[in-house]
Amino acid sequence: MTTLTAIGRTATPWDVARVRADFPILSREVHGRPLVYLDSAATAQKPRAVIDAISRYYETGNANVHRGVHALSQEATNGYEAVRVLASRFLGAASPHEIVFTSGTTAGLNLVAQSYGGSTLRPGDEILVSEMEHHSNLVPWQLVAERTGAAVRPIPIMESGGLDLAAFEKLLSGRTRIVAVTHASNVIGAINPINAIAAMAHEVGAVVVVDGAQSAPHLRVDLQAIDCDFFTCSGHKLYGPTGIGLLYGKYTLLEQMPPWQGGGGMIRDVRIDRSTFAPPPERFEAGTPPIAEVVGLGAAIEYVMQWDWEALVGYEQDLVAEAAQRLAKVPGVRILGEGADRVSVLSFVMEGIHPHDAGTVLDTLGIAVRAGHHCCQPLMRRFGVPATIRASFGAYNTLDEVEALVSGLGQVRRVLGA
Amino acid sequence: MKELDELYQSVILDHNRSPRNFHRLEGATAHAEGRNPLCGDQFEIWLKLDGELIADVAFLGQGCAISKASASMMTQAIKGKTVAEARALFEQFHQVVAGAGEEKLPAKLEVFRGVSAFPIRVKCATLSWHAMKQALEKRNHAVP
Ligand SMILES: Cc1ncc(COP(=O)(O)O)c(C=O)c1O
Repeated sequence: MTTLTAIGRTATPWDVARVRADFPILSREVHGRPLVYLDSAATAQKPRAVIDAISRYYETGNANVHRGVHALSQEATNGYEAVRVLASRFLGAASPHEIVFTSGTTAGLNLVAQSYGGSTLRPGDEILVSEMEHHSNLVPWQLVAERTGAAVRPIPIMESGGLDLAAFEKLLSGRTRIVAVTHASNVIGAINPINAIAAMAHEVGAVVVVDGAQSAPHLRVDLQAIDCDFFTCSGHKLYGPTGIGLLYGKYTLLEQMPPWQGGGGMIRDVRIDRSTFAPPPERFEAGTPPIAEVVGLGAAIEYVMQWDWEALVGYEQDLVAEAAQRLAKVPGVRILGEGADRVSVLSFVMEGIHPHDAGTVLDTLGIAVRAGHHCCQPLMRRFGVPATIRASFGAYNTLDEVEALVSGLGQVRRVLGA
Repeated sequence: MKELDELYQSVILDHNRSPRNFHRLEGATAHAEGRNPLCGDQFEIWLKLDGELIADVAFLGQGCAISKASASMMTQAIKGKTVAEARALFEQFHQVVAGAGEEKLPAKLEVFRGVSAFPIRVKCATLSWHAMKQALEKRNHAVP
C-alpha cells in the first residue's frame, strides 16, 4: 500500500490503508483481479458506517417522519432533522432551514430551475451556463427557458480547461438573471472560482446556482466563503447512499419561491380549491422522504467530517497530479484541460483507440474507469472528441492503483494493436 | 484473457483502422442514422436499391472498434443481397452476438461471435445493423 509520504508533497499524511479498511467492497475481486475502482465520480463506494446505519435504521428505528404521535415516529423525525443540522454544518449554511433534502443533484437543480427560474424569469432574461456543465445543470435551464421566454447562453471555457472569466464578464448584463456553473467538472476535474464568479454575478443582480456534485466529496466547501445563492450535491458521490441529495438555498430566496411539488408535509392549510404552504425547507419536501437514505447520508457526513480534510485534499491532489504525469508518458495519450486546477478527476483520450474499447480491456484487468461523454456533450464538442476515458480518485485510492491504470494502458495498446 | 482476444481479432482491428465503404453514397435511395445516446456512438448508413436488390451501400460516422468494424463488415455482407436476405442476416447476426444463436454466420461475420461474452458491447455490434434495418423500412422517403 502506498501512503502519502511515498508521494511526498503534503505535510500532513493521509492514512489510506486505514480508510480502505472501512470500505468492504474494496476487498472484492473482478474478473479474478483485485478491484481497482477509479469511478468514484460516478458514484463513490460506501464505508461500513453508512451500510450499518441504514441496516440499523430498518432493524430498530423505521417509522414515517413528521406525522406520528408514537415514539418510533418521533425518533425517526429527530434523526431526520439531526441530519439537516449536520449537513448545514458540513456545508457551512447559515441555518439548517436553508437545507432541503432532494433525491440528488439532478433533483436539486430541477427544483431551482422550475421553482426559482419558473417564477422569476421573463422573456429576454438570460441564464448563463458554462460549456463544462453536466446535462443536469443544462437541460433543466433549457426547459424553463422555453417556458418563460428566457435564453440560455454559454460561458466558454479555455483550452486549459478553465472558465474564460473575461468572456464571462462580457456576457454579464442587466438581462442576466441566473448564472449556473459547476464547482468542479465531472470530466476534466477543473475547479471553478465560485467566489469570483459570484461577486461578478451579484454585481449585475444575478443569482448563482452551483452544481457541487463533484466538489463536495473533494473540497472543503464553505458556503459562507463561496457566497453562492444555491448549491446542490448528491449523497452517493459523498460516500453515502443513492436517492438522497442536498440543496442549499439562501433563506431569503427559498422564502420567495413557490412549491415545486405538492403533497403531504409541505402545506400549512388545505381547502378543496386552494392551499397555503409551509415555510422552507418543508415547502420543498412533499411526500414521504427517503428517510433511510437521509440516515445513511448522515452517517456518511459524520464519517467524512472526522477526516483531516487538509490531508485528504492534499493527498487526492497529489494522486491526480501524479496520475496526470504518468499518463502523459504513455504513447498516444492526451489529457483534456491540462492547465486547470482540478479535483481528483481526470479525462484523457488515446490516439487511434476509442474510449469504450480501452474501458473494456481495463475492465478485464479489474480496473473500473468510465468511458463515454459523461453527460457532458457540449464539453466533448468543445474539445473535439466523441468521448473520453475518465479516471476519478477518492479518499481510498492509492498510487499503486494509479500504476495499475498506467500499466493497464499498455495492455490496451497491445490488444487494440496501437 | 481469452475472451478479450476473441473480441478484438485482427480482422476487427483492421476494419476499425480502415473501414470499407466508408463514404457518403451519391444517388442513395434509403438512409438512416444510428445513435447510441448513452455513449455517443453515431453512424449514418446509405443504401442504393435496385428493386429488391441492394446495389450499393456505404456508411460514415464514429464509434468504438466493435461498432465501426461491424458497420464496415455489414456493408460488405449485404452488398448484392436482396432486401429480404439482408433482413434475415440482421436477425441471425443479432442472435449470435447476443449469445442466443448457435447457427453459423457467413464466414467473415463469425468474428463477432466473441461479442457475446461482453453483453455491454452487444449494442455496439448491432448499432449499424439497426440503422440498416430502419433505412430499409423507410426506403421510399427522401434521402438527405
Ligand atoms: C457535475 C455533476 N453534476 C450533476 C450530476 C448528477 O448527479 P445525480 O445523478 O446524483 O443527480 C453529476 C453526476 O452524475 C455530476 O458529476
